Amino acid sequence: MSNFIDIAALDDIPRQGARLVKTAQGCVALFRTADDQVFALDDRCPHKGGPLSEGIVHGAAVTCPLHGWVFDMTTGKAQGADDGQVQTFAVRVESGRVLLDAASLARRSAA
Amino acid sequence: MKQRLVIIGAGMASGRMLELLFEAGGDFDVTLFNAEPRGNYNRLMLSPVLSGEKTYEQIVTHDADWYAAQGVDCRFGEPVVRIDRENRVVYSAEGGVPYDALVIATGSAPFIVPVPGKDLPGVVAYRDLEDTNAMIAASAPGAKAVVIGGGLLGLEAAAGMAARGAEVTVIHLMGHLMERQLDPAAGYLLQKDLESRGLRIHCQGATKAILGTDRVEAVLLEDGTVYPADLVCMAVGIRPEVRLANDAHLTVGRGITVDDQLRASDPAIFALGECVEHNQQLFGLVAPLYDQARVLAETLLGQQAAFKPVQTATKLKVTGVDLFSAGDFAEAPGREDIVFRDPGRGVYKRLIIEGDCLIGAVMYGDTADGAWFFDKIKTGTPISDQRDTLIFGPAYQGGPGADPLAAVAALPLEAEICGCNGICKGKIVTAITDGANTLDAIRTVTKASASCGTCTGLVEQVMALTLGDGFTANANPPMCKCTDHTHEDVRRLIKTMGLKSIPAVMQELGWKTTGGCASCRPALNYYLIADWPLDYADDRQSRFVNERNHANIQKDGTYSVVPRMWGGVTTSAELRAIADAADKYAVPMIKVTGGQRIDLLGVQKQDLPAIWSDFNAAGMVSGHAYAKGLRTVKTCVGKDFCRFGTQDSTGLGIKLEKLLWGSWTPAKVKLGVSGCPRNCAEATCKDIGVICVDSGYQISVAGAAGMDVKETEALITVASEDEVLEVTAAFVQLYRENARYLHRIYKWVAAVGLDWCRDQISDPVTRQALYDRFMLSQSVYQTDPWAEHAARPDEWAPVADLTIRAAE
Repeated sequence: MSNFIDIAALDDIPRQGARLVKTAQGCVALFRTADDQVFALDDRCPHKGGPLSEGIVHGAAVTCPLHGWVFDMTTGKAQGADDGQVQTFAVRVESGRVLLDAASLARRSAA
Repeated sequence: MKQRLVIIGAGMASGRMLELLFEAGGDFDVTLFNAEPRGNYNRLMLSPVLSGEKTYEQIVTHDADWYAAQGVDCRFGEPVVRIDRENRVVYSAEGGVPYDALVIATGSAPFIVPVPGKDLPGVVAYRDLEDTNAMIAASAPGAKAVVIGGGLLGLEAAAGMAARGAEVTVIHLMGHLMERQLDPAAGYLLQKDLESRGLRIHCQGATKAILGTDRVEAVLLEDGTVYPADLVCMAVGIRPEVRLANDAHLTVGRGITVDDQLRASDPAIFALGECVEHNQQLFGLVAPLYDQARVLAETLLGQQAAFKPVQTATKLKVTGVDLFSAGDFAEAPGREDIVFRDPGRGVYKRLIIEGDCLIGAVMYGDTADGAWFFDKIKTGTPISDQRDTLIFGPAYQGGPGADPLAAVAALPLEAEICGCNGICKGKIVTAITDGANTLDAIRTVTKASASCGTCTGLVEQVMALTLGDGFTANANPPMCKCTDHTHEDVRRLIKTMGLKSIPAVMQELGWKTTGGCASCRPALNYYLIADWPLDYADDRQSRFVNERNHANIQKDGTYSVVPRMWGGVTTSAELRAIADAADKYAVPMIKVTGGQRIDLLGVQKQDLPAIWSDFNAAGMVSGHAYAKGLRTVKTCVGKDFCRFGTQDSTGLGIKLEKLLWGSWTPAKVKLGVSGCPRNCAEATCKDIGVICVDSGYQISVAGAAGMDVKETEALITVASEDEVLEVTAAFVQLYRENARYLHRIYKWVAAVGLDWCRDQISDPVTRQALYDRFMLSQSVYQTDPWAEHAARPDEWAPVADLTIRAAE
């Protein structure tokens, strides 16, 4: 089951940037790439808890601002020699609005 | 709860252990004490520093940023005085630090020959940077130096001082040099070689006394010989530094006694490095110490590991002297030698064979096959079928003769290339085939050749063999994995091709990734800002978090805020506004910085626009404490208040800061202006320092006072304040236009040379043009970013809050 909620306008998120969504289980980072793909990731690096939303976005990847871990936003997996994974959430863009799947958010607390 | 790990001693062994702990993701609160006022640097490379082939900056292993990134609490220059084992607390003069695990890595102390005069000024050992600097200072051309001890360390010290022009005499107690590593024949060749370079060698010389009244004047030997000396270097040996362990009543033999897990006689205390005694054995070479570091890291991480010492090979790091020894080469019953001598070429090779195996090798003059022999020694390969040609090396074991790469090609994949780090050929080959195609990349991935560097040639040969035609030696590495161009090439092409946006650079220069990476994007953004101030628009998304958010991110995701205080001068009204803001935003800590500013730490991101707005209202702007840009101009009170002040240093500092603020630079820039040579503003360790004197202003540059400490070097002396402003702006512009991103001024000056910089600044036309270009850039970038962002506070808060929604 999925349950997409309207979060914000696509243009509220800067290209190659991110905005935060506060949830009861912690913050989710909404990323927008240079070609307007949108990804939703847990805003917490598995390494030392760095806020991924403050990282540099390049291609479909983001680099954590604290110690430089790089995550593939399509899978949430750490790249290169680092080993770790960030939870990703279902998100989609419809007529300029960003929709986040509340059901996938809810599953997070169980995870 | 995190384990509290306290380490005493920031040497190479403990540094390696920390690297391994952090790489494995170990969760420790680390406090690192070091008696020396600096962190971990590569002591093996002190010899090239002494001889002038390298600078201290080039041998730093861990800089301040590294320690900061790992969250290590650094207590450098803070010697530990006592260990309280019962309560598990370590004490320095500053107080106590509790530990769950303690690592003693105090290294070794030089052995001082107990002769009269040993305490005279001018007698030094050769252990750390202070000793090295003392020798550099005493090595002026014509100075006389005596080195007591003709072992590895003593000869490196002697050769280094001789390279700087000193007249050096080496006094050695034994019959030939380096008797622990060389047999008499090789020792003789070495002595002849060193004598031909101007060193005086006195073997079988026993020191009787060091003569002198106020400081050292000469060295007297038992046989009556007297050598005049301005400096005496004791390099006769080392002994483990065990005083702390003794005082704490740990079991200590010659070193701190440890088991296979490096655990001392107290289960919460470990020892590591040269201070350790394991199975009655002491350790001085780096390879077994790094092996200890690995074992201890694994032990601390709760893994099974045991330390087993292995054989090591030795090379002398004296430029032009080719020497190699490994294994056991003492004469004994049942051992046979194969010896090769070519006196004309100064080549000597001796292989020591016991039974059917090679057990030792000594080579002088031609050491290219050293690794191949060392591998045979370690693996115990039977050599009977190649005994007739063995001494000629791998090239004569059926392979083609003349190929210089044949020796390396013939090595099996398990053969060790880098002795310091225990890296075998196979690991390097794998790294290369996985894409590491520069020496730097291989050093990063495998650590091969990253310590003493003597295997650099071997690593390059492995690269040449693996890469074929694709290999160029000593290539300047590309900017990052996204491109094959170096930083310098990219800067040049941006200008010559007129590239004015990040996508244009990536397109025209053939970037291999979409959107670059977190390494090249900030660099490109800076280069474009610096080169096209009017045409290029700053790309906020290509900035690191601190510059993007105009505040410094802290480990918990909060930020620190530093308002600008021109020249370090403030007012009661500003202080009141700061106090009010601290209350209003519940700032957990207010701290005075080294650059004469006030830092408010622990501010939440969404509060930033409001706190900036409040500061703007009180007349304050961003202090750029987060910027690769102009940070601070530190001043003393100058002649208006100080009875020694010669000029208005405070006023000049404020003028400089008002001129330079807002400018972006390759790395941060800090200035100091002192009103007299007493230098209360500490101007001589800044990126740019001004010292006021009666006749004018001495401008010096390229200082450092972080992990590296370096005095500035004189650039130019001028007569008026206006000239100070013009020279400073022109010099900053020269740096902006030419330096590689993230290189501080002292690193850039070391690369281009101070003379070149002075030539540019001294030429009136060039100086004026630089100044004009700087001012053009300032017309765009000298704006307060706080004011701009404070106007749009919504962008700093979450875009949605689903916690409210859930509560509905």
